[in-house]
Amino acid sequence: MTRFLLTATALSALLTAMPAAAQEMRIGLQDDADILDPDQSRTFVGRIVYAGLCDKLVDLDGEANIIPMLATDWAYSDDGLELAMNLRDGVVFHDGTAFDAEAVVANITRSMTLEESRRKSELSSVASIAATGPMQVTFTLTAPDASLVAQLSDRAGMMISPTAAEEAGADFGQNPVCSGPFRFVERIQQDRIVLEKFEDYYDADRINIDRVTYLPIPDTTVRLANLRSGELDMIERLAAPDVASVSQDSGLTMQETVGLGYMAIYLNIGNGERSETPMGQDPRVRQAFSMAIDREALNQVVFEGTAVAGNQPFPPTSPWFNTDLPVPARDVEGARTLLAEAGIDRMPVEIQHANNPVVTQMMQVVQAMVAEAGFDVTLRATEFATLLSEQTAGNFQLSRSDWSGRPDPDGNLHQFVTCEGGINDPRYCNPEVDRLLNEARASTDPAVRKAAYDAAGVILNQDLPVIYLGHQTYIFALDDSVQGFQALPDGMIRLQDVTIAE
Amino acid sequence: MLIYIAKRLLIALPTLLIVSMLVFGLQHLLPGDPVLAMAGEERDPETLARIRASLNLDQPIPIQYLRWLGGVVQGDFGTSLRTGEPVSALIAQKLPVTIQLAVMAMIFAALIGIPTGIIAAVNKGSAVDWAANLVALSGLSIPNFWLGIMLILLVSVNLGWLPASGYESPFVDPWRSLQTMIMPAFVLGTGLAATLMRHTRSAMLGVMSADYIRTARAKGLTRREVILKHGFRNALLPVITLTALLFGELLAGAVLTEQIFTIPGFGKLIVDAVFNRDYAVVQGVVLCTAVGFLLMNLIADVLSVLLNPRMRAAL
Repeated sequence: MTRFLLTATALSALLTAMPAAAQEMRIGLQDDADILDPDQSRTFVGRIVYAGLCDKLVDLDGEANIIPMLATDWAYSDDGLELAMNLRDGVVFHDGTAFDAEAVVANITRSMTLEESRRKSELSSVASIAATGPMQVTFTLTAPDASLVAQLSDRAGMMISPTAAEEAGADFGQNPVCSGPFRFVERIQQDRIVLEKFEDYYDADRINIDRVTYLPIPDTTVRLANLRSGELDMIERLAAPDVASVSQDSGLTMQETVGLGYMAIYLNIGNGERSETPMGQDPRVRQAFSMAIDREALNQVVFEGTAVAGNQPFPPTSPWFNTDLPVPARDVEGARTLLAEAGIDRMPVEIQHANNPVVTQMMQVVQAMVAEAGFDVTLRATEFATLLSEQTAGNFQLSRSDWSGRPDPDGNLHQFVTCEGGINDPRYCNPEVDRLLNEARASTDPAVRKAAYDAAGVILNQDLPVIYLGHQTYIFALDDSVQGFQALPDGMIRLQDVTIAE
Repeated sequence: MLIYIAKRLLIALPTLLIVSMLVFGLQHLLPGDPVLAMAGEERDPETLARIRASLNLDQPIPIQYLRWLGGVVQGDFGTSLRTGEPVSALIAQKLPVTIQLAVMAMIFAALIGIPTGIIAAVNKGSAVDWAANLVALSGLSIPNFWLGIMLILLVSVNLGWLPASGYESPFVDPWRSLQTMIMPAFVLGTGLAATLMRHTRSAMLGVMSADYIRTARAKGLTRREVILKHGFRNALLPVITLTALLFGELLAGAVLTEQIFTIPGFGKLIVDAVFNRDYAVVQGVVLCTAVGFLLMNLIADVLSVLLNPRMRAAL
């Protein structure tokens, strides 16, 4: 008996003394990230890597609400011209530099002033930032901006080590130093980005993965094949046609969530000569075009039912969706009547779109649908960089494009449809819409904002500088050994609480 | 011989200069603006102008070209617009990967193509010849991307024998490096194997009907000795020069194969750079590829001179 006890004690001591096997996670991404400097980067996948590498002032939860991260709480002043944030204690950057108010000031100042910074427009309402305590900062604004906190939930709010940023300057992206759960190990362009667990992370108890490798694999078939063969533990943006086979595979699991963005067609209304068509000049023609589209059928045919049909910049699941403007059913007769009112029997239309299979199929379905109402659509497939420059230059009649979305409604609307909007490629301009959207931006009262967005939505739904088609879903496929992952509406991969079963 | 090589190198210089001008000029004709791609969501006119100026893209194209050429002469190919890395470092990182792939593909091609070619020639008109030609024709007709995907599904997903994609340096993990490279090298090698097979076959046929083969046979040598010692040795000459030339073609073929198997080599580098309008990378890579082609041509010529006494005499 004594011997048994001794053996048992010795065995249990041995077992507890043995470290758990190192957990490695390999994640397949759709593209390669660009420069790994939150101030300079602009790709979606770059943001996925940052979710492991760089913590932000604030984060999003599953309902796209803004929650504390490096800032514990915040408040706007009564006139909306100041935003004060209290910061988390006991946080350090990967190089040992302490995180404090001075670090935040240095970060925001860098985002606003670095020549190569791409964050300037996101912080355009910030006049200055100051440390108003060792662990408190205050933003002074040029005008009230309710969307600022939401901007800080993305790259503008990512905190990098001021010491490393000072030393590296614009080359910071070659060796990024942040304060997230994982630290940078190496990057080989187009091959891999490797991060390892940061032992001094303030929330280290929730991090069970020791090492994470991100591998860009653009081909969806190959990405899924890698997951099936066990080379990867997880892939992002699973293609809709693969959903059925993944859900039947007992070795795999799926997580999906409706994204924050939208799929749309932009209509040239005032951007040069090509806007001078009935489509550009007569709202009735645009309405007819929109009415002839069956959005639910698009979702079923092209996305196997995984997307969400939509007619607004926010998905029907969003609290900002205007329920008085429900997603319309297809109405070919109504479309014909409107066209007849505009004095048109049949008219030619050209749509430019990105030359990938999903978008091409989607536009072919639209082409067939609107043909019944009287539109003879020519499709012009272009490669994405060209599409972007043609759209900016006004060399388009209709242009099919996506927006990945922002947590604050302002980010899905203001820049696209206000007269001076930075990405207003249709060059739509309506002073009333400007007034409403500026009012919504300036107020911190959700009820006031909702009323303004609803009112603007009604006007936009008549003028139609943008025809919204629907909202994509982010679908992740995982090996069934991966547990604890939750898909969030921004499509990022957060590794807090994720474990890999042995 | 050295004078011959020096002459050839001198002729290569103006070719390279013309290539560099063409690359530089033509890519500016591409639709799509690199500055727009770089600016991302911040597409206001001032930002665009600022980025354009910082990259010298506001200068006339001839000035941009001369500045770039000045850098290239000093070994500076500029920096990637997308990631900020020096282009020369990117090239140094990616080129060995593609060379490894190409060499392995060439080994596959030679191992399959040359013996099949000999066997087909020796058995001309027989069922073996017919079968070998059929295989060669399939090798030429099956697209690499289709074969690649099929192999991934069969070997990696269904059988689980090899990784579906990715890359590991042979200096870090030779075994894993071999595992990741076998499938892509095979896919890339099949098309070449077919070309090599057909050329070996016709070279062998030409040689086997020559007088000295008949003499060798008349002397009573074994069939094996006649084929390998007298026949194959002489048929080898055009095959070797062809192999050197095909090596250049392999680099081009690697573009698609690297895309399918996600191998971070030269081909993938240039495809991504073109899509992102990363001008500096495109210029650097195309120029390097041109140098590679010229070198392989030179090697092919030197080899044929070395192997063919008649040509050596003509120099």
